Amino acid sequence: MTETTLLGLCAAVLVGLGLFGLIVNPQPLRKVLAFNVLGGGVFMLFGVVARRGAAMGFGGDPVPQGLVITGLVVSFAATALAVALILRLYAVAGTASLRADAIDATTAPADDAGGGDAAAAPRRN
Amino acid sequence: MASMLASADAVTAGGAWLVLALIVPVAGILAAMLAGGRHVARIVVVVVLVGFAVAVAIGWQMLQSGSELVYWLGGWAPPLGVGLRADSLSAVMMVITAVVVAGITIYARAEFRTPAGVTEARAPYAFWIMLLGIWCGLNAVFVSADLFTLYVALELLTFSAMPLVCLDGRAETLQAALRYMIFALMGSVLYLLGAVLIYGAYGTLDIAQLGQVTQADAATVAACVLMTIGLLAKTALFPLHLWLPPAHAGAPPAASAVLSALVVKGSFFIVVRIWFDAMPGVPGLGAAQLLAAMGAAAILFGSVIALRQQRLKLLIAYSTLAQIGYLFIMFPLAFDPAVGAFVRGDALTGGMLQAMSHATAKAAMFMAAGLIYATLGHDRIGDMAGVARVVPVTVLAFAVGGVALMGIVPSGAYLAKKLLLGAADGSGQWWWSLVLEAGGFLTASYVVLVIAQALAKPAAPIVPRVRVARSQEWAALLLAVCSLLLSLAVLGPVPASLISNPLAPKELLASAIAIIGGALLVLAYSRELPRFAIVDRIAGLLRPLRGALCALAQGFVRIDDAARQWSIAGLSMLALTLMFAAAMVLQR
Repeated sequence: MTETTLLGLCAAVLVGLGLFGLIVNPQPLRKVLAFNVLGGGVFMLFGVVARRGAAMGFGGDPVPQGLVITGLVVSFAATALAVALILRLYAVAGTASLRADAIDATTAPADDAGGGDAAAAPRRN
Repeated sequence: MASMLASADAVTAGGAWLVLALIVPVAGILAAMLAGGRHVARIVVVVVLVGFAVAVAIGWQMLQSGSELVYWLGGWAPPLGVGLRADSLSAVMMVITAVVVAGITIYARAEFRTPAGVTEARAPYAFWIMLLGIWCGLNAVFVSADLFTLYVALELLTFSAMPLVCLDGRAETLQAALRYMIFALMGSVLYLLGAVLIYGAYGTLDIAQLGQVTQADAATVAACVLMTIGLLAKTALFPLHLWLPPAHAGAPPAASAVLSALVVKGSFFIVVRIWFDAMPGVPGLGAAQLLAAMGAAAILFGSVIALRQQRLKLLIAYSTLAQIGYLFIMFPLAFDPAVGAFVRGDALTGGMLQAMSHATAKAAMFMAAGLIYATLGHDRIGDMAGVARVVPVTVLAFAVGGVALMGIVPSGAYLAKKLLLGAADGSGQWWWSLVLEAGGFLTASYVVLVIAQALAKPAAPIVPRVRVARSQEWAALLLAVCSLLLSLAVLGPVPASLISNPLAPKELLASAIAIIGGALLVLAYSRELPRFAIVDRIAGLLRPLRGALCALAQGFVRIDDAARQWSIAGLSMLALTLMFAAAMVLQR
């Protein structure tokens, strides 16, 4: 088994683990972590692809490295945004569950749902 | 190699306009951050005017030259560099996006006004900045020539759209935003995984180059399936729609209009790019039938469940679900068995026209719903009888938007339906004609319900809670009329015989049949019934039948509730992945 194949298999395992976590874990924070595991697998696959492209005497194909850097930045931003959202949901609702029945939603939204009043939305933290 | 060198020279004269289309919204965001919340609405107006002009300029140049606009960033050609490329699809989508953004801007100026005496308010500031972010993301989706740039554009779109969902900060909207965010992230990472496989197989991500070299081997099929599924999750095609109804129904009206009219079109557009441009020979007819079957299920479930809603905004959100399904009917009709690939033709034109008419009509309908909400203080369909007496222009906007969606001459949806029906006849796929015809009745049903209820006699005279701004009503009407007249705007490349006089007896009869069919569906299983004496009498006569049909429709609601459970949606995603892969492999 070559180094590249081994890395490729690792990437596949990470992708599988991440997908499993995203689908099965009910906790949003774990889902975000699973997304990062899945993303890690995808980025590792980029590394494998870069290695396979090293045919012309280079150590590797540089293009996937550029793509991975961009991908990392995007997934970091996504993680930060999702975690901020989880914190906010927890602060407002007292739970961060994704289940629809976890939040005592009224059937009709509060009457002041318009834009101007929205700045005064409840802050219970 | 020769083709690469040839394409390197192909920077066209108008290519720099594509850069402007991306820079203008971003410049607006930066200016708004410098100037602060008080000035943000004014800055957006300037940006919208300039951006609109840029979109029209791009469309105009394409009409003049008849060819694509191309720009290589930094002068580096693919496969090392990335490019911007606009074809006719990009141009029309950019123009229609600019129209919808302009309409929403007029509407939202009253809704998202920074209150007097305050330097900055959170919701208005966030709304305007995110609106520009979405616009930039959409333009990037439309002009990207590269699968990885498309990924970045897609993420920009999601990151800008998510805050709009939870703009008013209530717990259930925050939850809806989180569900949207995580499901969309899963979709985009699957898309990225597909892109990696493509790069590994072909060493390029440039769509035009891929279009010439992609073969249906194992890696390419896997990539195509992963990208398609990821994008379907972001487009919320049934049954991968777990995030859409709460997200679109809970947001403030202007934000719902943006989300429903524009944001879902971004990922849809990338599906079109992949199936038609990047790998036209890979998916095959079987996968296209599967895609259209999901679309048909979306039409059925979305329309039936829309009629079972008590709240107007949820009704419109489910209507969006159904209309998304409509967009995917074109795929099997655009497959050319002689070439073994998806080809651009009447079916694609019809599908894009459907997307454009939905964008304008749905924005108008959400705006109208927002005005009805503001007037009554609620949007319960059962209690809005007579609202047309208070806000006639608003209800007219809703009606015109709804009629445009139903596909009555000369709306864009009418022409789209004609083109798709023609393609279905041409390829002998009569079952999609049935779906298209039935879809017309289903669309008519929820439009008829709302209009009839708005026209009914109120139980007590309605005292409006607030007077809605005239500009908001007219903005909604403007977009609705755009949708209704869309077929006239694209008269050029379409055979004139497809457009007939809207007042000709044949067309009047077709329109009347659609409306009567819709009314019958309302009588059959709608949860709320319009408050007319005659409606009560007919419903009384039909009671046993109506009871059975209502129970059946309620079954659809239960299935939808189950499908929107996270674990079931995840499993459907895996099952669909396998089904698409099987369809593509068996096609060989």
